[in-house]
Parts: sequence; C-alpha cells; structure tokens
Amino acid sequence: MRPFQYQRAAGVREAIAKAEGCQTCSFLAGGTTVIDLVKLDVEKPEMLIDVGRLPMDTILRDEEGGLIIGANVRNSDLAWHSDVQRDYKALSEALLSGASPQLRNRATTAGNLMQRTRCPYFRDNYSPCNKREPGSDCAALAGYNRSHAVLGGSDSCIATHPSDMCVALAAFEATIRVEGPNGSRSIPFADFHLLPGDTPHLEHALEQGELITAVTLPPKRAGTASTYLKSRDRASYEFALASAAVSFGIEEGCIVEPKIALGGVATKPWRCYEAEKNLEGQVASLSVYEKAAEVALAEAEVFECNAFKVPLARNLLARALSEVEGRLARQSEVI
Amino acid sequence: MSSLNIGEISSLDRKREQATSTSHAIEIEVNGQPHKLEVEAREILLDTLRERLGFTGVKKSCDHGQCGACTVLLNGRRVNACLLLSVMADGDEVTTIEGLASENGDLHLVQQAFLIHDAFQCGYCTSGQIISTVGMLGEPWSNDSASLRESMSGNLCRCGAYRNIHTAVEEAKSSHQQREASTEEDFS
Repeated sequence: MRPFQYQRAAGVREAIAKAEGCQTCSFLAGGTTVIDLVKLDVEKPEMLIDVGRLPMDTILRDEEGGLIIGANVRNSDLAWHSDVQRDYKALSEALLSGASPQLRNRATTAGNLMQRTRCPYFRDNYSPCNKREPGSDCAALAGYNRSHAVLGGSDSCIATHPSDMCVALAAFEATIRVEGPNGSRSIPFADFHLLPGDTPHLEHALEQGELITAVTLPPKRAGTASTYLKSRDRASYEFALASAAVSFGIEEGCIVEPKIALGGVATKPWRCYEAEKNLEGQVASLSVYEKAAEVALAEAEVFECNAFKVPLARNLLARALSEVEGRLARQSEVI
Repeated sequence: MSSLNIGEISSLDRKREQATSTSHAIEIEVNGQPHKLEVEAREILLDTLRERLGFTGVKKSCDHGQCGACTVLLNGRRVNACLLLSVMADGDEVTTIEGLASENGDLHLVQQAFLIHDAFQCGYCTSGQIISTVGMLGEPWSNDSASLRESMSGNLCRCGAYRNIHTAVEEAKSSHQQREASTEEDFS
C-alpha cells in the first residue's frame, strides 16, 4: 500500500482547516471504503484526516419530529435504532441488506453517502475508466456491463451507485448537513449525488474542505408505511442488481404521499418522480403498481449484458408497492 | 520511463515513501494486555496483530473486507481487522481468538459449540467464524434459522462447512441466552 500521512482531527473546525485547499486529502471515519481503495491503489490520498472519533454519533429527534442522524453513526446502530425501525422501516431494511455485520459495525452514515462504485473496471486500476482517470474512456460501455446502470448513464460512464442506505434516504427526502470553510449549509438529498455526464469523476456536491456532519429525515407522515426490497446474485452480502425503496399511505382507498427510489440500476440513488405522480390519488391495486413501475423504467437504456435489469427492477418495484399496501393493512388491523 | 531500470524505479519509490509517510506512537490493548508501539500511518491492524504482536490466530485471506477471516472484536464489536489502520485503533481494546478462553483454559461457549459440532474442515476461517459469533451474541438478532444465517454472512468458508457452522452458531446462541437468563435469575 502506498504511503500517506495520517492526522486525527480534534474537532470539526480543525478537520475542515486541515482539508481546506488540500486536493489530495481525504476524510477517514470507518475506513471501509477508503482503506479498501487505497489498498487497490485506486485512491491515492497524501493525507487521511481521521474524523471517526468526532462526537457526531447520536440519533436525535428534532422539534418537528424528524430525525437528526450524526455523520459518524455506524450503519448497524442506525439500522437497529428503535425509531428508525418503527418510522423509517425502509432505511433499516436497506442498511441490514447491505455489506456484512462486521462492515456495518464500522461503516458510518457519511461514509455510506460517499461510497464509490463497485464497477470492476473502476476497481481494477488497469482498464480505461473516466471516473478513475478522466479522459481515459469507459471500458464498461462495450465491455461486460451486466452490473451496470440502465438509468442516468452517459457516454462517459454507466457505473451504478452501490449504496442501499442512499436509496432509502432518497425516498425519505433526507437532507445532508455539511460544515465547510465558509460555514454550514444543507443539501437536499436529490442534489447531493451528481449524474456522471462528461465528468464522472465528480460524484457529489461537496466543495473542497466540506465535511458532512449529519443527515436529517423529515417527520414520518402519519398513516404511511415503507419497505426496501433488493434483488442480488446471492441471498446475502452482495450489491443490488436492482432495489426499491417505497413509502406511501392509503386514505379512503387512495394512495397518498407516494415516494419511490431505485438502486442498483442507476448512476445515482434514483428518485422516481414521474412514477410517484402516476400513483398519487389512485385507487391502490396491483395494476396501478405495475403501471407506475413501467413509468419508473420508461427511460431505461440497456447495454449488451444488462437488459434483464429493466423487467427485474419493474417487477421488484411493483412487488415493493404491494408489500407496502400489505403493511398498511396490517398496521390498521393493529390499530 | 524507458531510461530507468527497475532498481532506479524502486529507489525512487523508497524516496517517495520516506517523504510522505508519518509515524505514530500508539497504545492498544489486546486480550487485556496493553501494547505500546510505533506504527507507520499505512500499517494495517491485521498486520500489526499478526506480524508484530504474534496474534497469528487472526487470519489474513482476502484482505479487502470480503471474507471475514480477520474478524476481531474492537471495543467489543466485531470488525474486519484488514480494513483498519492500526493508528485508528489507538486507545482501543481488541479481542482475538487467543483471548476467548478463560485463564484456567476453559473454552468460551462458542469455541465449545464449534468443537462439539465439528464446525470446520480446513480450519482457516474458523477463528474469524468464532469471533464473529461472539460479536453476534451481543447484537439484536432473533433466534430463527434464517436470521442467524444472515447474521453470519460476513464470514465465508471455502470448504463449505456451513451446515455444521450453522448448527454450532445456533447452539451458541441458545446457550448464551440460557446463561443470560440464569444470570438474571441470580440477581432477582
């Protein structure tokens, strides 16, 4: 592994001051992505600034009843938290479907947002890859692209975003709080991850020196339920081929507040606004779900090896919508 | 590039290393014993444990967090030692397979369960499997078979000895719960 410098930051301001103006510095918390990629020589930081012990590790309720999740909350702690299991079920399920228990014990909320793609051409440090080496071309476009994106791709990159957690956060309309050299700001989840376009090496909206401090979730709307469904090549410990996070309620037989996001099929956590519009106010039924799923995948562009992802994601989304309907029915029985 | 021979390239690499690496004095407690040592920033906890402190029960296999052979407890929680810089663990407590049995030699209940059920073939993944099971007992997994299988999915066994591993894990879980219940009774 290449050498680098290491510093443990004593506070948020100190961490930001160290990173400001340093293009080759990376923040380090759990290390499950960064250390892996430094070992592969895909990431080449000159300095790692350890923020993993900063006290950003609590889950709190805000005044409106939403949730404030500290950047350093470990994936396992977030997944098992009673409020998350009760009010943001899809988030808990997404987290528990990702990685392994050992990795979830280290991986942090902010680190999960910053996860890099699992595209094998990006990770092999050999093939052309515009994300790893801008301008070098994309080996996946004409290569073995079975795991690649059918939504949000470009002529430069079709790498999928690997996170499960982020798919649920997209559906729940999370907000990302950051601190930077010029103070603090909030980034709506939909604006955080960038589409690859001509610049697939730019993956997020953070500016140099900005540090994620928390992720906030709006209050759960009364009468809604949610779920996360994931399809993959083996039953556990594998990235999604397709996944769906879904939340909605049913009032007088009609769908209210539908929120849908897809994972495993897109270059960023993929919010499905058109499909949501399609569901809003409809009488809940399987055919309505199937129609919404068709709308969600309408813009899909397939490549040689990944055409199967379109029907897979469509069926998975329809099933997730049905599952939420079932959960709502069970909730009302309990009440 | 073509004007440089291999020797020259590696000498350049060495210069670069000296220029950009940092060294750190750390203190970690392994199986209850404190250790003070100097580590380079890039030194991995797995290597420190095996190569410098002699805890060779911790195994290196994939070295990328994919197989679980290097699982240790860090402050009581199971983690992959291959994805941790040693310097990140400064001030932490590590438990390896060597630290599970009690001082008089009594095996941990998870070790006993693995022995009773012959939960291994070649044995290379076993210490990781056992430590991982110990970590799992402290997590809120339910007792059903599917949940327990899921709880151990971070540990691969290339021999495919999963059937017996699973039986051992189930037994460890239930004896752990019985022990917890009887401890509660003692206090009530």
